[in-house]
Amino acid sequence: MGKLGGEGLAAAAGRARTLGMEGERLASPARSSGLPAGGAGGESPGVDAPLLGSSGSSTLLQAEVLDLDEDEDDLEVFSKDASLMDMNSFSPMMPTSPLSMINQIKFEDEPDLKDLFITVDEPESHVTTIETFITYRIITKTSRGEFDSSEFEVRRRYQDFLWLKGKLEEAHPTLIIPPLPEKFIVKGMVERFNDDFIETRRKALHKFLNRIADHPTLTFNEDFKVFLTAQAWELSSHKKQGPGLLSRMGQTVRAVALSMRGVKSRPEEFMEMNNFIEVFSQKINLIDKISQRIYKEEREYSDEMKEYGPIHILWSASEEDLVDTLKGIASCIDKCSKATEKRMSGLSEALLPVVHEYVLYSEMLMGVMKRRDQIQAELDSKVEALTYKKADTDLLTEEIGKLEDKVECANNALKADWERWRHNMQNDIKSAFTDMAEENIQYYEQFPTLGVNVCRKRQGFWHAGGRKEQGKLL
Amino acid sequence: MEQAPPDLERQWQPAPLEPLGHTDAGLLAAVGEEAEGSRDEVPGDGTEHALGLGVLMTENNFGLKKIEISVSEAEKRTGRNAMNMQETYTAYLIETRSVEHTDGQSVLTDSLWRRYSEFELLRNYLLVYYPHIVVPPLPEKRAEFVWHKLSADNMDPDFVERRRIGLENFLLRVASHPILCRDKIFYLFLTQEGNWKETVNETGFQLKADSRLKALNATFRVKNPDKRFTELKHYSDELQSVISHLLRVRARVADRLYGVYKVHGNYGRVFSEWSAIEKEMGDGLQSAGHHMDVYASSIDDILEDEEHYADQLKEYLFYAEALRAVCRKHELMQYDLEMAAQDLASKKQQCEELATGTVRTFSLKGMTTKLFGQETPEQREARIKVLEEQINEGEQQLKSKNLEGREFVKNAWADIERFKEQKNHDLKEALISYAVMQISMCKKGIQVWTNAKECFSKM
Repeated sequence: MGKLGGEGLAAAAGRARTLGMEGERLASPARSSGLPAGGAGGESPGVDAPLLGSSGSSTLLQAEVLDLDEDEDDLEVFSKDASLMDMNSFSPMMPTSPLSMINQIKFEDEPDLKDLFITVDEPESHVTTIETFITYRIITKTSRGEFDSSEFEVRRRYQDFLWLKGKLEEAHPTLIIPPLPEKFIVKGMVERFNDDFIETRRKALHKFLNRIADHPTLTFNEDFKVFLTAQAWELSSHKKQGPGLLSRMGQTVRAVALSMRGVKSRPEEFMEMNNFIEVFSQKINLIDKISQRIYKEEREYSDEMKEYGPIHILWSASEEDLVDTLKGIASCIDKCSKATEKRMSGLSEALLPVVHEYVLYSEMLMGVMKRRDQIQAELDSKVEALTYKKADTDLLTEEIGKLEDKVECANNALKADWERWRHNMQNDIKSAFTDMAEENIQYYEQFPTLGVNVCRKRQGFWHAGGRKEQGKLL
Repeated sequence: MEQAPPDLERQWQPAPLEPLGHTDAGLLAAVGEEAEGSRDEVPGDGTEHALGLGVLMTENNFGLKKIEISVSEAEKRTGRNAMNMQETYTAYLIETRSVEHTDGQSVLTDSLWRRYSEFELLRNYLLVYYPHIVVPPLPEKRAEFVWHKLSADNMDPDFVERRRIGLENFLLRVASHPILCRDKIFYLFLTQEGNWKETVNETGFQLKADSRLKALNATFRVKNPDKRFTELKHYSDELQSVISHLLRVRARVADRLYGVYKVHGNYGRVFSEWSAIEKEMGDGLQSAGHHMDVYASSIDDILEDEEHYADQLKEYLFYAEALRAVCRKHELMQYDLEMAAQDLASKKQQCEELATGTVRTFSLKGMTTKLFGQETPEQREARIKVLEEQINEGEQQLKSKNLEGREFVKNAWADIERFKEQKNHDLKEALISYAVMQISMCKKGIQVWTNAKECFSKM
């Protein structure tokens, strides 16, 4: 991990800092930024390229903590004791002012400001003596200065994605990290290396990385950068740095102990949030099931239609006078079957992946809530200890002060990200369902023209209404 | 209302009232009559049938009278059956109205209740007395080609309703048939509630029915059936097979389509519950959910209409059996003829042998002659005489059988041509109305999804 360069860091409030990688150089002075989150300038983040001072400002990895430069003390937000900034803590650099939040959202809505483009493709199977696995090619194109070059191509396997997710969660326990596709599909006989499964996974992984890239904070995460750019051996060695297994385990034990205490008083807005998450999770799961079921029923419908149509052709062989009509109907049925398949593929492109992603998101959200609660529980337990004078009150008071800050930061981070997430969810759901409706409209629009052709061949035997009118004319 | 093209018009004169149990000769005479003169109301084409009208001979006059027949109600009843056990059955109300030409108004003339088994009795009677006619079929006895939503229970109201329509259709078909409409038993079926069963049975038609075994035997052994009937038999087999297959798959398609629509209904419920926690999206979700409910419930009407279409196809599925019945009758008559001819030929041969004294064929007489000695010339003369009488008789019989057979073929073929026209017309209409149903389903679909899309885009 490279040392932080002194140049490029101006001592201004909320200044972003640069985390250097090996061999990375600081191309230009960092700009003054009122928005530490993402390090981007509040007004026009993408205008000055490269956004040198903006990488990974708000991510604090264990490794970084060790390398903190003295200059950090100039930064307002880094006035806290670094020892508290372990994996479990969150950088207090999330914006709290309304203005900064608006700007944050704005940053996302302007696609032309995007400076990081990622694609995931070319799944390849690798066979070793121990195992078989799939790697995906990841191509990154960027104009950001902190990246060594403007284009990167690496190969990653699912495990690597899992690692990345874990790191992001560690660094930002109360941010809403995008979900990863499941490890494997439990129900149904889906082989791990079945083509559809791989393709679905590939698309989900693509989405995962792009969501991170679009996230104002996560996009500057150092591990993210490593993930996108490092060669295989570099990644392995990078992975090995990091909290050891033991400390991670200790962390987990502490977290479990805290969660068992329960949350004494969850602030009102988080109660609401929790309620929303619970209901949302239930509903989105149902919608996922419903959508999958519709897909299945449509497949079976299309299959039956494939058998239904040809019977009419067969029949037309023995009916001279009905040949045209029968053939017309057979062709309608055939087109209907094809149109159904198109509708199904529309479903599986647009609706199903989105709904499923939000199912995973809802699980994510519950985890985020838990972590927030844990942070608060930590504070609560210290406060309780103070009340009962269990330990040295001065030390406790100091610890409580830090924890209070930590809780405040965590809460603010979550609140802001929550708004962002709600907004995105609304858009995604809206567009997925609108697309589905459009697919259906297009499906139904095909037939009137086809049907009319059949009717044109009626040759004067037209009798509207058919059967129902017979026998009722009295 | 379009009239059918003129070549389907049939014209005839009213026949004298036929006795209840008509003999075959009487029947053939009636059938063989040529039409003369013209009438303004002419039955026998699809349009009459479509209008629910039939033409019937009335009891006391020779004028053709236009009547309307409807099976207007169905009622569950309990009673005691032949073995004195309690049973439940459905009775159907048949109403007959006569239409006055002058003012077009109709007057209810008869109304009575009949159950399905009586319809069956009527049809069996018609089959025996009009073997050259393609007798219209009854609606199915038990529900077949059922998909999961339909009930296979005969007492199910939907089944009863469809059967009611099918029975009405049957009566209309008979009433609009140029020959069947004049049958007295049919007339009594519509007008005489009590005692009708006894009246039918008194005709002794069950005795006149050809045995199944005899018919089967004839089918296998007939040597020279009219080719057209053989082709017709193949056609009816194909028709039956293709329509059965079509109905089976259609039932499965209906099942799937039902599934697709109904699952969408779940969206409605879930959207509604979800909208409770959403501020901006709530309204859009809620109203979109409503449209999903509309979509899901629209399939019920669509499939009900399709069931009527299926019934129309089923009628022709059962008509295939009626066609085969006519073919069987022909084969029976032809076989009979062939046997008679064969018998005559052998008798002639015998006679010749006796006359000339040569024995070329094996006969019991020949054996006994060998064993017990030659017969006397007087005995031989006697035998020749007997044989000659038999041969004469045989020749007469053969002639009349031949005539019968030819008449049968002529009349049967005339009815088959009529049937073909009717079938082509009806099936084409049914198929087109099916296409129309699909179009209307699509239009509904477009509407619902356009509304839903609007709601979604406002979320």
